[in-house]
Amino acid sequence: MSLIPLFFVIAVTLATFFLGLWATKRAQSASDFFVAGRQVSVGMNAAAISGEYLSAASFMGVAGLVMKNGYDALWYPVGYAAGYLFLLLFIAGPLRRFGAYTIPDFAEGRFDSPLFRKIAVTFVLFIGLFYTMPQMKGAGVTMNSIMGWPYFVGILVVGTVISANVALGGMKGITFVQAFQYWAKLFAISVPVFVLMAILGPYHKKLENFTQKPGGAPTAPKDVTLKFAGKDKAPANTVGFSSLGEATLIFSKDAKIEKVSTVRKSEPGEDALRPEMSLTTQLSQGITPGDSLTAGTQLTAFPIVVTKEQKPVEKNGKSVMTAPKIEFSEPTEAVLKAGSFVPNAPGNKKWSEPYGPLTSASGYPLLYTYSLIIALVCGTAGLPHILVRFYTNPDGRSAKRTTFWVMVLIGVFYFFTPIWGTLGRADIPWLYGNNKTDAVVIQLPRILENKLLGEILAGITSAGAFAAFMSTFSGLLVSMSGAAAHDVYGKIIKPTATPEERVKVFKLAAVGIGIISMGLGLLVETFDIAKLVGWAFAIAAASYFPLLLLGAWWKKLTMPGAATGMLVGGTLSLLAVFAFMLDSFKIITIENPLVKTLCDQPAIWGVPLSIGLMVIVSKLTAKTIPADANLKMLRLHAPEELGLSKNYIDETPGAAH
Amino acid sequence: MKNDEALLSAVMKRQVTLSLRVAAIFIAVLLGLPLLNAYAPQLAQKNIGGFSLTWLVLGVLFYPLTWILSRWFITSSNKIEEDLAREHGEKTK
Repeated sequence: MSLIPLFFVIAVTLATFFLGLWATKRAQSASDFFVAGRQVSVGMNAAAISGEYLSAASFMGVAGLVMKNGYDALWYPVGYAAGYLFLLLFIAGPLRRFGAYTIPDFAEGRFDSPLFRKIAVTFVLFIGLFYTMPQMKGAGVTMNSIMGWPYFVGILVVGTVISANVALGGMKGITFVQAFQYWAKLFAISVPVFVLMAILGPYHKKLENFTQKPGGAPTAPKDVTLKFAGKDKAPANTVGFSSLGEATLIFSKDAKIEKVSTVRKSEPGEDALRPEMSLTTQLSQGITPGDSLTAGTQLTAFPIVVTKEQKPVEKNGKSVMTAPKIEFSEPTEAVLKAGSFVPNAPGNKKWSEPYGPLTSASGYPLLYTYSLIIALVCGTAGLPHILVRFYTNPDGRSAKRTTFWVMVLIGVFYFFTPIWGTLGRADIPWLYGNNKTDAVVIQLPRILENKLLGEILAGITSAGAFAAFMSTFSGLLVSMSGAAAHDVYGKIIKPTATPEERVKVFKLAAVGIGIISMGLGLLVETFDIAKLVGWAFAIAAASYFPLLLLGAWWKKLTMPGAATGMLVGGTLSLLAVFAFMLDSFKIITIENPLVKTLCDQPAIWGVPLSIGLMVIVSKLTAKTIPADANLKMLRLHAPEELGLSKNYIDETPGAAH
Repeated sequence: MKNDEALLSAVMKRQVTLSLRVAAIFIAVLLGLPLLNAYAPQLAQKNIGGFSLTWLVLGVLFYPLTWILSRWFITSSNKIEEDLAREHGEKTK
């Protein structure tokens, strides 16, 4: 393995550390630590927000999801971008004019309720930690796949560097670094893809091959060695063969078969299938669960005709086909022979057209699509670690301009991610075989004839991925440390604390939460990155988004109303996703496909439920509308020229003392 | 204070009308595209220079749409604020 990618990763890590150190010199006051002195320019803040937002899930995950699921996965980046439009239309300006340090400040200040601050701060920490785990996992996995180092090394590197940066410089220290990391990520996602397209062929040509040949599916262009996972990494140990044609694997290590089933679930009335009999080796016809295949075994899988009362089932004039699916007990290795239909790869039609495997697995594709859109849009507009950055703008108007530039910056970035997915499907389809589509941005450059160029490009994308974990984690750490130092310590434990004391606690919290995050990262090695991010989005969409939307626009919102909506909506959404998780681990079984869809994607009921409860309970508790609600609303909405706006927390050096 | 309250309701009313108008256009596109995909698949799959129409909309054109809508929103929103600030200034003189 070449050392070039390692060199690039070290370079971006060192750049992060020293840029952070340099920016730190100028961070002294409490206001610097919590909101970067409220002096961040529009361009810088937009790059910093984009840098913070484009996480491991965006950098590696979206390209991988597009490769795996095709068209349906395009909704992810679109939903993220759309979330910022809603943030702009309803939240950015008023939130900045409120002028606090943290989002729980808004919760307390809007209703004069210290109790509500406690509820709100719990949500900040919860959402933050859920979002942190996938960043840590990404760091561990990337370091493992580029250098072959153990999982914990990447976590340790990212965790240590960022905790140091945040503890030393707070918000002011990381703003500049995150802005730098945005440009590093844009470079890493775009420049290599231009080089690759120049050599391998353009985006639209590759795409046309799939859209115009709906009956085709990816085949292995040459013999490739694949490493398969064991059942401890389930479902990544699954190999579902193609129903369009046969595939041959020659095992280079011993393999043990855990389970044999079919790719397509049988419908009622159809004849029972015998997938074991469609798997042959040079020694025997058919393999069964528990079989051990010795190294050198050649396994060929054939498609299976689905029958009903011994006659082939037909759909749209074609007979319905399926194929065997095997799961391995232990990690193993095999060569996929050239010309084999790649296992786990959806056919061209399913991939390139809407309502493919991602959205129709549940049986309710339209419902799933809508719920996904709502989760991504409302979740983005309700993520506390992103929202807190709006306080760093000088005023409400610049907060709006910042949001516009964020949309431009992330839009340009997301334009490139489907190109990676499409090129990956066309040129390294074998990544499907062992469920490694997540690694497409790192592995694709390595197929180039020119090995040096390939390694350099892979180095650039690896460095981009590292920039992604670091910038998102630093944002999360600032938001969580801010909540701990400002809300928990400064407002709840010791309200008399001086700004200096709070800065000290901020530093301690950064180190403490950094260590907790590394610990949590070690626990989630087998979890799916996209699912973990989904949890954070589901909670944010049903808790903070409704609070900010109604809090900024509806005068009659009361504390009990807001708290009920947030608690019930957020908690039920979390429980639903959790139930789905238990179902996918086969601990519980959710029979009803509609219930299952609604558990997997709870936003479609969670967000309206939360908003509905806020409205109903507020109506019932109308007596508790804060007496100065009008004045508060005025501050949120009045243009700055009128001199009516006043920062909820004003500690600029010289102003307060 | 009375004057301020009048100002508040004026600001919020105009701003919220603007926000809802922009949101309505955007939601129509966002929620309309899945319907197009479901009920007019032939149109959605129309080949345009290698892209299918629906891929071109979702994977490429969608981002510039958010830029145009947000530009429009910010310009109008700032204009509302400036107008109100001017009106308010004249009244309090």
